[in-house]
Amino acid sequence: MTNRTSPTSEPTMSDGVRDPGGPAVRVVDLAKVFAGGVRALDGVTFDIPRGELTSIIGPSGCGKTTTLKIIAGLVDATSGLVEVDGTPVTEPGPDRAFVFQDFALMPWATVLRNAAFGLELRGVPRKEREETAREYVVKVGLAGFEDAYPHQLSGGMRQRVGLARALAVDAEILLMDEPFASVDEQIRRKFQEDLLRLLSEENKTVIFVTHSIEEAVYVSDQIVIMTRAPSQVSKVVRPGVDRSGGSDHIRRSPAYLDWVERIWAELQGYLET
Amino acid sequence: MAAAAAGRPWVLRAASIAFVLGLWEWGGTVPVSIAFPKCSETLVAFGGMIADGTFAGAYAETAGPLIVGVALTGVGGVLAGLVMGLSPRTEWLGLPVFIVLQASPSAAIVPLITYIYGIGFAAKVFAVVLLSAPVIVLNSYRGIANTPRSLLEMSDAFLASRWKRIWKIVIPAGSGLIFAGLRLGLAQGFTGAVLAELLITPTGVGDLITFYRSVADYPRMFASILSIIVVASVSVTLLQRLELRLFRPEMRPA
Amino acid sequence: MELRGYRVPMAFSLLVWFALWEVIGRLELVSLIPPFTDVLLAFREVVPTADFVEAATITLQAFVIGMALSFVLGFGVGFAMGRNRAVGSLMGMWVNIFESSPLTAIVPALMALLGFGLPTMIATVFLFSVWVIALDTQVGVERVSSSLVEMARSFGASKRALYFQILLRAALPELLAGIRLGLIRGMKGVVIGQLLIAVVGVGYLFELYSRSFLMPQFWALLIVLFTFAFLASEAVAYFERKVSFYASSR
Ligand SMILES: Nc1ncnc2c1ncn2[C@@H]1O[C@H](COP(=O)(O)OP(=O)(O)O)[C@@H](O)[C@H]1O
Ligand SMILES: [Mg+2]
Repeated sequence: MTNRTSPTSEPTMSDGVRDPGGPAVRVVDLAKVFAGGVRALDGVTFDIPRGELTSIIGPSGCGKTTTLKIIAGLVDATSGLVEVDGTPVTEPGPDRAFVFQDFALMPWATVLRNAAFGLELRGVPRKEREETAREYVVKVGLAGFEDAYPHQLSGGMRQRVGLARALAVDAEILLMDEPFASVDEQIRRKFQEDLLRLLSEENKTVIFVTHSIEEAVYVSDQIVIMTRAPSQVSKVVRPGVDRSGGSDHIRRSPAYLDWVERIWAELQGYLET
Repeated sequence: MAAAAAGRPWVLRAASIAFVLGLWEWGGTVPVSIAFPKCSETLVAFGGMIADGTFAGAYAETAGPLIVGVALTGVGGVLAGLVMGLSPRTEWLGLPVFIVLQASPSAAIVPLITYIYGIGFAAKVFAVVLLSAPVIVLNSYRGIANTPRSLLEMSDAFLASRWKRIWKIVIPAGSGLIFAGLRLGLAQGFTGAVLAELLITPTGVGDLITFYRSVADYPRMFASILSIIVVASVSVTLLQRLELRLFRPEMRPA
Repeated sequence: MELRGYRVPMAFSLLVWFALWEVIGRLELVSLIPPFTDVLLAFREVVPTADFVEAATITLQAFVIGMALSFVLGFGVGFAMGRNRAVGSLMGMWVNIFESSPLTAIVPALMALLGFGLPTMIATVFLFSVWVIALDTQVGVERVSSSLVEMARSFGASKRALYFQILLRAALPELLAGIRLGLIRGMKGVVIGQLLIAVVGVGYLFELYSRSFLMPQFWALLIVLFTFAFLASEAVAYFERKVSFYASSR
């Protein structure tokens, strides 16, 4: 998370093909046509730098989830290429972990078992995997809820279980699909803080889908802006907001507001009229 | 129903029972028909049949084929449903058969049973299987085939093997529906058993009903009918309670 | 299933089963199972006979009258149970008991009370089908969101409008499910009733064919019956699918 603390005062637009020791993920000319003829992606290209948090933002239905699932190996691309560490992606792998927008928790399993599920599937012995899961359940702020069931938790808490499950398998790349979409604004801000703190301890490459411009500018090192479907990449930007002064300070800083405004202007062109 | 009614004052329920029994008593006093006994007469006959062991003997006979039949469909039907839910080819081949059987008055086949299975134990088991199989198979199939997509995708993302995915996601997600199928199958099994006893082999409770009708002992005939309805309702309700405890609705996938 | 890239509709698998049936029949493996083609030929013998026409007429008559009674009472009781908690808990127990109990056992009593004719058959159809209709109606009415009802009230809907414009429409998915299940149970009821009465309708024909070992005729009659039942339930299922979009957005 080095870039996040570097005080880059001058906002720079980049085309996204920089090479800081090889990107963690390369997305090259991705296209996706769904059975039934929906053209979701039409030549999407961008790089995800290692150890950074990259947001994907774009109008609803533009194919953000689709892109993320193709990177995860859950959905096949119609054409194009996704490379993780230089290797083409064909299926899900241990190097990537997914945080689902609808949580995808097993309603019959406790928080602890849900959080340990990735490890359970890998055949990690029970004691060991529960120890690891417990650690992450605490880290995401759910200490004391280990034995609760998903239906006893709020939307935000369920999402944290999904996050703990993804962190527990210790993948280098974390794919998060609108993780905060189901929580209200006050809690959302707290979650953003928590996420940034967690990530600074974990050193992961994060791809983060959101529809909130403020959120994208606030948490990201890099933002990929997508056009309406069939989508392409409209722009890749690196806000590099200086976050040394605390959250309230950042949200009022001219650089932050300036970036929000620029991305808003960029996206406005793709909104329905 | 058991859960919904449990929270309500059972006074209401007692009143409801008293009202219906009262109506029955009145209908018997009029009388609606000479073949319609008073409620009190029927209950006396009921008590008498418990006391003299008539019911014990009859239910010992009825229970055998019922339990064997439901156990057979319980195992076989759930397996068939599982396979159909997991394999598109089997689904293609098998599903329409069970859909047709479920919608059709398959009881019409019962008269044929005697040609293959005679009039013994096996014939009654067959009748039970014939009526209970479709609902068990179809419920198991639906439980398996309708696993929430998001859970399947999750198991993919976390690298589940085919078998682990079936064992840890597909089956637990479908278990509520599968169990409900077993409960409905038991209810159908009762019908199968009674039908076989009335139609092909006069034994058990079916025989009691037929016999007391032939000697015009209507209180005892009604008591026999009442008994099978009570036994069936109680066992189905118990199974439903167990179901609610094992598979609490909120722990089922949406 | 796909065959050389073409999707083969699921119903076509029945053809596979009929072919298997033909083979078993030709090989004379089971005396009860004549070749399927013989069964088809038997249609011509069964369907035009006076026996069949009479049986079909009385069966349909019993079915239609019994179902009409079931619909009237089932909807009425179901609506009352769904709209009124007290009625719901008073009647709920009985409806649930009879919905899942072996009503076949009642048929001999009906025969003693009502004789061996049409009234018994009608009563059987009614008793088999009314409970599930009432139960599904209740569930449907209860599931109508209270905000929808309040919306209608706040816009000044009359009681009549509330029932016909809101409740009846919003509960349509469950009502249709109730109708479909009711029809299926009614069919089962009329056949079981006639089998037990043994001297009328298709039940008599089944008895006759099986006693005289006229297997092609027996199976032909069975196929006629199954086809009728299946088409009736699929017809309702068609409308059910049309309104299924409701269920998700009420
Ligand atoms: N499985 C699918 N089948 C057909 N169309 C789909 C499927 N998944 C998504 N789509 C369509 O693809 C487009 C992009 O979807 P998605 O990636 O979910 O958008 P976003 O996440 O940006 O809102 C939408 O028009 C959506 O309707
Ligand atoms: Mg999305």
